[in-house]
Amino acid sequence: MEQMKVLLRNQGKPDMEDAKAYIATGGYDGLKRALEMDGAEIIEELKKSGLRGRGGAGFPTWLKLKFAFDTESAEKYIVCNADEGEPGTNKDRVLMSCDPHSLLEGMVIAGRAIGAHVGYIYLRAEYPQVRPILQRAIDSAYTCHALGKHIFGSDFEFDISIRSGAGAYVCGEETALFESIEGKRGEPRYKPPFPGVHGLFGKPTALNNVETLANISHIFRNGAIWFAGIGTKGSTGTKLFTVAGNVAHRGVYEFPMGINLKALIYENCGGIADGKGLLAVQTGGSSGPFIRPDQIDIPLDIDFVAASGGRLGCGTVFVIDDSNCILDIVRNTQDFFAYESCGQCTPCREGTIRVAQIVDKICRGDGSMVDVRALQELIDMLRVAPLCGLGHSSAVPIASVLQNFMPEVEKHLDGDACVWCNTQKGGRS
Amino acid sequence: MNQVNYSITTPQAQLVRVAEIAAAWHGRPDKLMDVILEVQHIVPALAEDVAAVIAREMGISQNDVYSFVTFYSLLPVRPSGRHTIRACSNAPCHVRGSKAVMQGIEDFLKIRPGETTEDGMFTYTLCSCLGICDSSPAIMIDDKPYGNLNYESVQMLLKRYIREDVDAWNR
Ligand SMILES: Cc1cc2nc3c(=O)[nH]c(=O)nc-3n(C[C@H](O)[C@H](O)[C@H](O)COP(=O)(O)O)c2cc1C
Ligand code: SF4
Ligand code: FES
Repeated sequence: MEQMKVLLRNQGKPDMEDAKAYIATGGYDGLKRALEMDGAEIIEELKKSGLRGRGGAGFPTWLKLKFAFDTESAEKYIVCNADEGEPGTNKDRVLMSCDPHSLLEGMVIAGRAIGAHVGYIYLRAEYPQVRPILQRAIDSAYTCHALGKHIFGSDFEFDISIRSGAGAYVCGEETALFESIEGKRGEPRYKPPFPGVHGLFGKPTALNNVETLANISHIFRNGAIWFAGIGTKGSTGTKLFTVAGNVAHRGVYEFPMGINLKALIYENCGGIADGKGLLAVQTGGSSGPFIRPDQIDIPLDIDFVAASGGRLGCGTVFVIDDSNCILDIVRNTQDFFAYESCGQCTPCREGTIRVAQIVDKICRGDGSMVDVRALQELIDMLRVAPLCGLGHSSAVPIASVLQNFMPEVEKHLDGDACVWCNTQKGGRS
Repeated sequence: MNQVNYSITTPQAQLVRVAEIAAAWHGRPDKLMDVILEVQHIVPALAEDVAAVIAREMGISQNDVYSFVTFYSLLPVRPSGRHTIRACSNAPCHVRGSKAVMQGIEDFLKIRPGETTEDGMFTYTLCSCLGICDSSPAIMIDDKPYGNLNYESVQMLLKRYIREDVDAWNR
């Protein structure tokens, strides 16, 4: 299966931190084109391209920029979400490492679109090796007039600086990320007001994922029509997929949107490692559902996956082989949410802990139908009551196990000893 | 997020250096993360007296500094060893045998997560995804990522750290 390398087109090429090397590959041509357009025209081009967010929710990028464009303010911000905290996801690290200027270029174009002159890259602290790459790229962009005052001789100016996270998954949530940059605890804010009106430092802000912003540079280099011709009708362009877990060849791969999940696992990644069978697949990161082997023959398209109850999210495909127990895996996942809940609102703080405790109880063979019913109530509550997305999707994994793997759950309820669950301790306990 | 109450006394000379770093950003609370990331290499831990100095010099409340520090899992409020080992406990590492890696670390160093070896060389903690799942099971030692580990190879790795650290002392 042939990859289609657009975002990764410069992978393996030397010196891609150097703006000159990037320019030699046609880099910054998109920005030069955007500099001849006004904000409304840039947003119109993005609308034509059909680009949707690659960070999780798949929100139309042009619309997000339009909200910030429509709000009057002398100060506006572009923020790049490089927090990549979703377990099983490595794509932003790979992208920033092999083509950092494509991200910078996308940020400047987005800044031009909404009338912002400052951009921040919020980089997770777990990527110390990426920071010098980004910093050298930024320095080099200033030297080549792709950043700073009078970009490529125009009257547009834009600055980019890096801000660091410090190990908190919730800081990937947009408003928590703003709080963190402002020097506060990364606790999500109530919405509305939305970031396009009241974002970083209270100013109109457009926050996008690394991959989304990098895509903008390619759209302006090759044109919106070209981009819209890749992928499916509702999900245009290519997508970076991180395939993790028990496949033979793990890694980050680039394919047009809409490729088949089963083909991705079996043809591209060499199937299940060590000759074992497939137990389950989780798409969209830790807050995505677990699906059975008979449910994986689907196109990876944002709307299709959503309609079938899943999540394409950031493009993570987590593959689990049949030497594992699905309850042990979901216990690990629910422990993750209980640990990463920021604790600001009660439904999530208490709810995630209760879910983790009950799942652990069932794992150990001490559960009953009463516990399953309690889980159902918690699942319904968590879907609506918490403040932010972390809480809202925290029970999706266990809900999907109750739906797709009930025979396994029943085995544990019957007290039939599960060797795997009993020899494993839960994640953090 | 864990809340740890811990107070130690930081040497005066170190507090002076902390004050210098923090004073450069008076009235810029958004620089708190950068200040703390720099300061943590100077002091043994981000203890209350360190928070007090940062707060005074930056013109923010001590409560703001301390609640900030305790929120982020990578900011240590307890003194840590010369090297910090962080072992990823999330599912993509779990299905590739991270429990064996953790067992390897615990058996070799004779400590549990959250503890520091008696000689002060290693602090060992569990953590969430390190973003190197393509080579899970993964750990980081200080700023360096290591992947594709198992019970034996993680012990070999730790032996190398001990060997090189001993060499450094003899030099
Ligand atoms: C708990 C939580 C964690 C998140 N983590 C990330 C992350 O690590 N990286 C990311 O790009 N988006 C993350 N998001 C999604 C962001 O809030 C936001 O929707 C996204 O960055 C928007 O960018 P996009 O429109 O380009 O997708 C997270 C959301 C939640 C609720
Ligand atoms: S839902 Fe969870 S993570 Fe989000 S604000 Fe509430 S406690 Fe924090
Ligand atoms: S899950 Fe362990 S490094 Fe990502």
